[in-house]
Amino acid sequence: MADIVVKTEDVVKEYRMGSNILRALDGINIEIERGEYISLMGPSGSGKSTLFNMIGALDRPTEGQVYIDGQNMSQLSQKQIAAFRCHRVGYIFQSYNLLHVRSAHGNVTLPMIFAGISEKQRNEKAEKLLDMVGLGDRMYHLPDELSGGQRQRVAIARALANDPSIILADEPTANLDTITGREIIDLIKRLNSEQGVTVISATHDLKMLDVSDRIVDIRDGLVERIRNRDEIDIEVGEVGGEGE
Amino acid sequence: MQQRTPIEEQIDLPFVESLRISFQSLKIRFGRSIITTAGITLGIAFLVSVWMNNEIGIALQESGRQTTINTFEETAEQGISTKDIWLIIMSLIVCVVGIANSMLMAVTERFREIGTMKCLGALDGFVVRLFLLESGFQGFSGALIGALIGTLGAVLLGLKDYGLDLFFYFPLLPASPEDGPMQLGVIVIILLGCILGMILAVIGSSFPAWRAAKLPPAEAMRTEV
Ligand SMILES: Nc1ncnc2c1ncn2[C@@H]1O[C@H](COP(=O)(O)OP(=O)(O)OP(=O)(O)O)[C@@H](O)[C@H]1O
Ligand SMILES: [Mg+2]
Repeated sequence: MADIVVKTEDVVKEYRMGSNILRALDGINIEIERGEYISLMGPSGSGKSTLFNMIGALDRPTEGQVYIDGQNMSQLSQKQIAAFRCHRVGYIFQSYNLLHVRSAHGNVTLPMIFAGISEKQRNEKAEKLLDMVGLGDRMYHLPDELSGGQRQRVAIARALANDPSIILADEPTANLDTITGREIIDLIKRLNSEQGVTVISATHDLKMLDVSDRIVDIRDGLVERIRNRDEIDIEVGEVGGEGE
Repeated sequence: MQQRTPIEEQIDLPFVESLRISFQSLKIRFGRSIITTAGITLGIAFLVSVWMNNEIGIALQESGRQTTINTFEETAEQGISTKDIWLIIMSLIVCVVGIANSMLMAVTERFREIGTMKCLGALDGFVVRLFLLESGFQGFSGALIGALIGTLGAVLLGLKDYGLDLFFYFPLLPASPEDGPMQLGVIVIILLGCILGMILAVIGSSFPAWRAAKLPPAEAMRTEV
């Protein structure tokens, strides 16, 4: 039996703006297996980030259920949700979302502070992770002193701090040039294939296609279609693998 | 679908850890902290100078009445005038609004940071405690400086009005003369100014921080300033 990490059941998200109600998600049903690399694709405004927020427990669906590791997220207490965000998921955002008052090292240690890990252990882990993403010589720089690609590497190292089983990435390459974007994608892919981390990434970036196991096309808050790896390979050939 | 290990509860951070994070944050955003603190300093300086100026006035009128028998009767009888009370109330309002405003601005520009910390596993209570510590420290130091500046201002004004007599009858300590209005004295006013500044800063910061911490992280991170 397939090991399902993420399952959404008729997930609806409505945003209320004055008297208008905007249905950003209109009943999403997906199942994601452990160790998969999934890309959520779709035009701007189709609901990718909204779905990302639902899966990552960063917001609550208006209707429907999200199950992570078989656990219904709507039944968790505040403290359990905080622990879930701390231990189970690593978030990567388009705009990096580093804390600019903390160095690269300080950003990576923060989730470990929240997890109650000893100072010695978290320093060692942070150094190891920053080394791994190629920032061994920039550890004590503030985010403002780093390039976009380097900031995203810090964000990736931070996302890995508590050994999450899921990496959620919302357009991680959108603010980066093609080559830097490629490097970031390769890094995420490596985590996926070497450490078995499940990767769920919202993206416009066609470079993401050839590393994905499946692509979920989202349109107007609905799953339009789900493509498998073998269907993808042909299309990548057609577009020539160049993003944006 | 199989049941994995159940999700445990997030731990509360030890107090020292919060203290460390808040001081680190104040240190690195030093420039910004100074501006916020300056808002507190100004508010308290204004309030303390008005209040103390009034106090000095009363003290010297009181002394005039005792030394120069009966000549000053009329002035002394007035005690705190309605106009003075209004002035103190107005400066108190300016102080409250000024501090609340500078704290609110300082917290609002950090909504994204609050959302991000929650993504990394921060509990709402931790976020509030962080802002409580930061603003408590800012509030106290800002208010102390403000109270001293206000005192200096009131002393200069007093020198202008009463000359060196000011120092003979300087109302340092509280006094409650039998036949005159109660006086708080300079030291008590400075203390009250510091406490007020700290309380205002803490409320002005923790309340918006608490509201931001209650938001789902997705919403907190959306706010652009
Ligand atoms: N907090 C919010 N309040 C109101 N409307 C929102 C909110 N968040 C998203 N929306 C709306 O929901 C719809 C889906 O937005 P979403 O951000 O999920 O799109 P997206 O697919 O991520 O787009 P992009 O590729 O541009 O990032 C959009 O129409 C957007 O305007
Ligand atoms: Mg988006």
